[in-house]
Amino acid sequence: MGTVILLTLTGLGLAALYFLVASGLSLVFGLADVLNFAHGLFLGVGAYGTWWAAGNLPGAGPDGFGFVFAVAFGVAAGTLVAILVELVLIRPLYSRTIEQVLVTVGLSLAGVALLQATWGADARPFPRPDWTRQVTGILGAQVPNGGLLLIIAAVLVLGAILAFLRWTRYGLVIRAGVENREMVTALGIDVRKAFTLVFAIGGAAAALAGALGGVYFGTVSPGQGGSLLIFAFIVVVIGGMGSVVGSAYASVVVGLVQQFVNYYGTSGLGDICVVGLLAVVLLLRPQGIAGKVATA
Amino acid sequence: MEPVLSVEDLSVRISGLHILQGVSFTVAPTGVTVLLGRNGVGKTTTLRAIVGLTPPTGEVRGTIRMGAQSLLARPTHRLVRGGLGYVPEDRCVFAGLTVAENLRLAERRGTTPAYDKVFALFPELDRRGRQRAGSLSGGQQQMLAIGRVLLNDNRLLLVDEPTKGLAPKVVTEVAEVLERVAESVPVLLVEQNLAVVRRLARDAVVLAAGKVAWTGDAHELLLETALTKSLLGVGSAEVSTPSARSELASPAVARKDQL
Repeated sequence: MGTVILLTLTGLGLAALYFLVASGLSLVFGLADVLNFAHGLFLGVGAYGTWWAAGNLPGAGPDGFGFVFAVAFGVAAGTLVAILVELVLIRPLYSRTIEQVLVTVGLSLAGVALLQATWGADARPFPRPDWTRQVTGILGAQVPNGGLLLIIAAVLVLGAILAFLRWTRYGLVIRAGVENREMVTALGIDVRKAFTLVFAIGGAAAALAGALGGVYFGTVSPGQGGSLLIFAFIVVVIGGMGSVVGSAYASVVVGLVQQFVNYYGTSGLGDICVVGLLAVVLLLRPQGIAGKVATA
Repeated sequence: MEPVLSVEDLSVRISGLHILQGVSFTVAPTGVTVLLGRNGVGKTTTLRAIVGLTPPTGEVRGTIRMGAQSLLARPTHRLVRGGLGYVPEDRCVFAGLTVAENLRLAERRGTTPAYDKVFALFPELDRRGRQRAGSLSGGQQQMLAIGRVLLNDNRLLLVDEPTKGLAPKVVTEVAEVLERVAESVPVLLVEQNLAVVRRLARDAVVLAAGKVAWTGDAHELLLETALTKSLLGVGSAEVSTPSARSELASPAVARKDQL
């Protein structure tokens, strides 16, 4: 029983990580039709921003409020990069899908290379509060606090995004834009501002995933964003492009399948099962769990 | 009177197809000007070019002016904020949003949305505020699409096939509303229902093969059965008599004469 509880909660921790990356990816694709392969870069910037701030920024550190400050710095850096990427590189390329893919793939590769050139290719220990290295006993299972932190953060982010979509003017614009972007402009709304906003939201969530992923894994490395991005894309497709709630459901499914299959089967088999799940969803329900709806 | 809109030598090419080829016409500052033509002649393309919604892969040439202001190359949202209201073909309501949210989306900063006017025209929208737009009937969706545009002041309304696919009773209701709307704002209407055209339109522009084939008084056009048949592919005799005209007001017998 303890093993099942442990696998469930660590699977949910993994799901939380996927959700933080996938939620922004899904909104960006749903609204702007941009398949953003550079999304992993935002995660990398968040992780390295937090790592750098904890060691160098006055007031920041690996514990207490200093760690919160370091994470806030990392998230701000990731958000800023996301906004710049949208304004400088993506905005001139809306409706030019192939060019977008080329630019974002190139940017993701360049971003990893830049991180490697600056801080080396090897994984570095991630500064984190001591309590995140410890475990909490839940129904007989010793669950890592880093995973629980991820779950709490993902639930808060999910709630915040849903509240934003449900209760704010821009949330309304985004939900409408996911359905019919052209009609939003035909109502006199500059939908490009919403594009920038969803990039900012997605960048912030991915950067938070980078910071908390560092806590979860205990290290930070230049390629971390890219490897998580693959599963985030799978989550987005399974959940339904543009649906935050769909991404949440799909994250849970993918995280749990990976964790249980990897444990009870062979290591790595869980990843294969997830890809198989993706194929099944594409064949039977190509619109994903929720379809193209920015759910609020 | 100066026209509210003038289109000169408008050409639109999309994916290699030359859809409009030097189209020129004007829209009077009052009443309804109807854009007619057989399917595929470029009526919707014309409206979309005016409101700046030609696909990015398309090419638009010519001149479009609203008053002294050139409209080409201006983004759609600015044109709309400048008073160009657009009701697209197939309603395009946001199905996942409620009726109230669809209306709220059309609100603009710095202006007071005319909910009183909209709810006076469409009381149903007020009652169904919390209902998802996707669950409305076709007629109710059309009312929402028109109501959304009427929340703001407009200098010109572009309305694309508002009666398409609607039940006869609802066609009559939509025609009544457009008639009332046209009392205060000029309308450029694409419409295939000749009974509605007869009721609403004062001027007509007929497109054929991407060019203007005829312009003039809409009623004169409809009286010329042979001309109507040659330009539009159907005769108008059945809606040209006074008795037939009155039929439009009768839900049971209002008919759709597809061009």
